[in-house]
Amino acid sequence: MADKGYLPKEKIKEFVEALGKDATVFAPCLEGDTIIFRQYTPDKEISLDRPANTPPKGAIYPQCETLLSFEFKKEADNPQKMDVELKVNTDFPKAVVFGGRPCDARGFTVIDRVFIDTDTADPYYKKRRENTTIVTKCCNGPVAGCFCVGVGGGPAVTEGSDVVMTEVDGGYYLEAVTDKGKAVMSLPMIQDGASYEAKAKAANEKATAAVRNPFPEGADKISAELFDSGDFWGNVIEKCLSCGACTFLCPTCYCFNITDEQAITTGDRIRSWDSCMFQHFTLETSGHNPRPAKHKRFRNRVGHKFYYYPEKYDGAIACTGCGRCIRYCPVSVDISEIVGYLRDPKADPKAWAAKKEDAKN
Amino acid sequence: MSTQKLKEIIKQVLPDVEAVICWQEGFDKLNVTPIFITSPEQAEKVVWNPLCAQNLASYLPSQKKKVAVAVKGCDSRTIVQYMQEGLIDRNNVVIIGIPCKGIISKKKVQKAIGNEPVEDVSFTEGSVKVKTPSGEKTFAIADVCPSKCTSCQYPTPIVYDQLTADPIQSDKPAESVYADVAELEGKTLEERKAYFLSQFDKCIRCYACRNACPMCVCQDSCIAETRDPHWITQKLSLDEKLMFHMIHALHLAGRCVECGECERVCPMEIPVAKLKKKINKEMKELFDYIPGVNPEDKPPMYIFNVDEAKIKEHKL
Repeated sequence: MADKGYLPKEKIKEFVEALGKDATVFAPCLEGDTIIFRQYTPDKEISLDRPANTPPKGAIYPQCETLLSFEFKKEADNPQKMDVELKVNTDFPKAVVFGGRPCDARGFTVIDRVFIDTDTADPYYKKRRENTTIVTKCCNGPVAGCFCVGVGGGPAVTEGSDVVMTEVDGGYYLEAVTDKGKAVMSLPMIQDGASYEAKAKAANEKATAAVRNPFPEGADKISAELFDSGDFWGNVIEKCLSCGACTFLCPTCYCFNITDEQAITTGDRIRSWDSCMFQHFTLETSGHNPRPAKHKRFRNRVGHKFYYYPEKYDGAIACTGCGRCIRYCPVSVDISEIVGYLRDPKADPKAWAAKKEDAKN
Repeated sequence: MSTQKLKEIIKQVLPDVEAVICWQEGFDKLNVTPIFITSPEQAEKVVWNPLCAQNLASYLPSQKKKVAVAVKGCDSRTIVQYMQEGLIDRNNVVIIGIPCKGIISKKKVQKAIGNEPVEDVSFTEGSVKVKTPSGEKTFAIADVCPSKCTSCQYPTPIVYDQLTADPIQSDKPAESVYADVAELEGKTLEERKAYFLSQFDKCIRCYACRNACPMCVCQDSCIAETRDPHWITQKLSLDEKLMFHMIHALHLAGRCVECGECERVCPMEIPVAKLKKKINKEMKELFDYIPGVNPEDKPPMYIFNVDEAKIKEHKL
């Protein structure tokens, strides 16, 4: 099987439909002005013009999924006794994530470390991940807020993808990254792509050069002193509204909640995305909340991505720089700016404290 | 523009307040972001231009000390409504009023420039010039403004302590306010239902609309998330999404100040404000009440009079 190919633009629909022959295809679909990853059906319009509003994360890690269904039943012989019947379904169909961006695909690798590369892999995520082929579209250039090159990514990196597509000459140059990807290349509408390779490389280099890098010296070196300063967080995040747009649009956020949604005798135990921006996040049964204020919860979001996660996973940053949290933030909070402060040697806690003192006088 | 005057006023009021809430340049030239000014040097960062869309009055109920806030005419209705509902102490707020000729919808500009990254933005009277890697484009602000500006009745703040420029009178007919709702009403119930369901289907339940809403005062006790009572499940079905948006809209009946924040902040571009505006229209017809215009008013859902002087049904 070839690992290089070319797909003319007019064959995109045909290609996606071929991918969908024996799999569910999740593709960026245009609805009004919004681009959303949806289960593809021929009545939908695919748009690759800009990164989708949502990342494709939900295709493998759904925003809400049933872990098990339960039903309470009276025993026929002993009606005073109730039995509970459980049903678990991990029989997921094969799937394709088509048209995500390299930052989106890298997002899955962040979640993989937590959900798969562990002694107790999550069966739901693992099964879906194994069943899914990821066909990624490289970016022609940056969009507002994005900064993939600052966190080890780039508009054409292949990490997390099975196939990457680069826009060239009225079509796409395709390159298989994995064996799963090579299988895709054998589809009949894929033409020989070797002659487009050089052009694709040039296009990707041009795109890479155009992306801003807020952390030219690396993003993982966080000043512990500043990170622990309450004043710092109170100052930088006063404007945050505590909504969940940033976390729900993030390709790497994976915190979840488990709830039983019951109606009389039947119900579902569901896992749904949680957001550290919400007040209920880590609210304990006793009523105690270790993160009662929004700046403490925001500190968790930044810390998780740029501090705790890298500490645990060999320096890997849990942010792929897609920029959605910046682009769609109701009040334009810029996580790259905040991480920049945390790294800036000039912005030590004393400087912040002095600034506050100055302000009072 | 009155940016210079705004800076002067900020420096003047700063000694009397804990902070002045205003706008400053954001992560790129097309974005502004709120700034809580605590020192005269910070006042120099302030910007005032048609990008200053965010309703900063929303921060007021959560402020514990005396603050000053910069407001446009539309934003000032929030303060009036807070006064009606007893949600702020007027003595603890210094209102810096900005007469406004219309703001810009960032989403409309982004669409018009094909979502390219923005290199520069500049303003001339009534228009905006946006520079991107593929060139410059100029738009009339009237063509890229949010819908609320096209029928603005309050270009000058209704309440203020200081004004950054001479007051402006509205040149928009009062009938234009509910023109978009009238269009909706022209459709059949089935069509309206189909429309709203297709819109709310995009919802990701991030609650940006709720948290940005100045009148959503339940905040952390919102029934969209409470387990007891368990009104809404955590499931992502369309039923649950619709339920949340209906609750949001009904809680704002006769309270929505039409600032459009819910719609501005929605990352999925759902016309969240439309339902609320429709209810406002009903409230106006039924109770002759417009939210956020007279500090002496009481919201109709806050009071119960046997006579209900204003209710139209009494005259039937």
